[in-house]
Amino acid sequence: MGETDAIPEFSKAKPGTASDLGVANMSALAAGPDIRSAREVFAIIAIAVVVIGSTEIALRAFNVPQYIMPPPSLIAEALVTDFPIILPQLGHTLVELVSGFSIGALIGLILAAVITQFPFVEKIITPYILLLVTTPMLALVPLLILRFGFGYTPRIIAVALAAGPMVMINAATGFRRVDRGKLALARSYGASTLQIFWKIRAPMALPMILVGLMVGSIFGLLTAVGAEMVGGGFGLGNRLTSYSSMIQMPQFFAVVLILSTLGILIYVLFFFIGKKWASWEA
Amino acid sequence: MLLDSFRWIVTNSDTATGKRGDCLRIGGGPMNALNTQQPKLEVENATKVYTTASGDLLALDRCNLKFQPGEIVSIVGPSGSGKTTLLWAMSGLHGLTRGTVLLDGKPITAPSPDIGMVFQDANLLPWRNVDANILFPFEIKRHAPDRDWIAELMHRVGLEGFGQRMPRELSGGMQQRVALVRALSFKPSVLLMDEPFGALDAFTREEMNHLVEEIYLDTRTTIVLVTHSIDEAIFLSDRVVVMSARPGRVAHEHRVPFARPRSMEIMSTKEVFDLTNAIKVEIVGDQKSKATSGRKSVPAVAQ
Repeated sequence: MGETDAIPEFSKAKPGTASDLGVANMSALAAGPDIRSAREVFAIIAIAVVVIGSTEIALRAFNVPQYIMPPPSLIAEALVTDFPIILPQLGHTLVELVSGFSIGALIGLILAAVITQFPFVEKIITPYILLLVTTPMLALVPLLILRFGFGYTPRIIAVALAAGPMVMINAATGFRRVDRGKLALARSYGASTLQIFWKIRAPMALPMILVGLMVGSIFGLLTAVGAEMVGGGFGLGNRLTSYSSMIQMPQFFAVVLILSTLGILIYVLFFFIGKKWASWEA
Repeated sequence: MLLDSFRWIVTNSDTATGKRGDCLRIGGGPMNALNTQQPKLEVENATKVYTTASGDLLALDRCNLKFQPGEIVSIVGPSGSGKTTLLWAMSGLHGLTRGTVLLDGKPITAPSPDIGMVFQDANLLPWRNVDANILFPFEIKRHAPDRDWIAELMHRVGLEGFGQRMPRELSGGMQQRVALVRALSFKPSVLLMDEPFGALDAFTREEMNHLVEEIYLDTRTTIVLVTHSIDEAIFLSDRVVVMSARPGRVAHEHRVPFARPRSMEIMSTKEVFDLTNAIKVEIVGDQKSKATSGRKSVPAVAQ
């Protein structure tokens, strides 16, 4: 130990005291924007009650016909009575979404990880990826149906084509973030390329990968429902077209409600994954 | 123009192999007895040329330095004097254009576990907590960590009980302590520090300097420190090496003959005052002369 009497001015300030810590930082962390107070939660619910309630009253007061806009109470009723019919269709949509997204995301992730290692290849391939991102994959569904029939296959392919490039372009941005210091740190202990990838590049890219997965899965949902509307006899999208053609508007809106809930659940899922695994990035 | 002068250097250093003409060496002093030993680390004829868009840049020019076992040496100099380039070459992270670095007499071609490195900012991995950051080198090396030694280091730097904290929850000084523990966890025989405390406030910096000395007195690790602070260099070092601006050359060396452990009181002695001034004059004078003469022929490129 360095004799404390030789350095009197430092004997008092033992390291690790509160003054040495970013206490302010930690309190700022605890009160992130994701944590809502009871008052804020109350306000959010109150707005829903007011909007739904006034819609109900207005629609009834002005005698708006059901086929134009059904009142919320009828939608709720349809949701309950038609749920046994809707549920299997939700299952079909989920199968398409999960399998298409998994395939697309996996390919997108692998491509992003490989391509960012070769800047030349990346430069060549980026315009094509951009083309895939910006082309609405729904446009390809009639073509895919011609080739693969009316089953799951064309829909899964469409979902994969919509989600994959989204995941890839965001993941590539993540993998491209090189921190010279951290790479040098790993190299100074003789890390292999593979170790650098798994222990430095991948964790650094993770926040952007999660963004890509979230955006990609939402795009996948849109594409799945759209593909179901274009062709085939099952899925929530198919329910939408058939209910609207039969002017069963309460049932139609019940399906819309389920789709919105699905979208929100996807968002919440990735939000919590991000909070757990990527919260180090403020 | 620069390329021409570089060619000149290449041809000349070929004929001048073995000579140390360019580098001023001031021997003597209390460490003289050590000079007969095998140096821990030796820089021979270190030359580094960076190829940039605006031409070649001579960053280091035939530097020769010897570091004895258990010595603390600081390298100071104006910006662009190749201090960091030299240190990174010594770590084995970056190669030299010419010349060699010898660790225990053997040339370094790749990073060695015998050399610990502390970087400019703490350079912690923000997604790992303090413990996981310290164990990072062992994961890479696939070695079982010496937990007793790490616990002792943690105790020594005052990090006990902070193992589960995330880096962003720590102040700059605390982060740099973690980096210090990480660098020492492998029991390296050489510790290279690249402006380690530059981002810290003056008080924390002094505290860290005391900590480094304390650890040094325990471990007798050979320490090479690149710093912008002459005070820090004098307080910590047995020798201060002053480098000249582009091209980086070893311009001067000073011995700092104070017994350890040192107290901050030495900083107000006349000897330290004179030494500080001498180093300042060397650095500033060098910058001035480069600004008026040599500067024109050397393209200014950020390293």
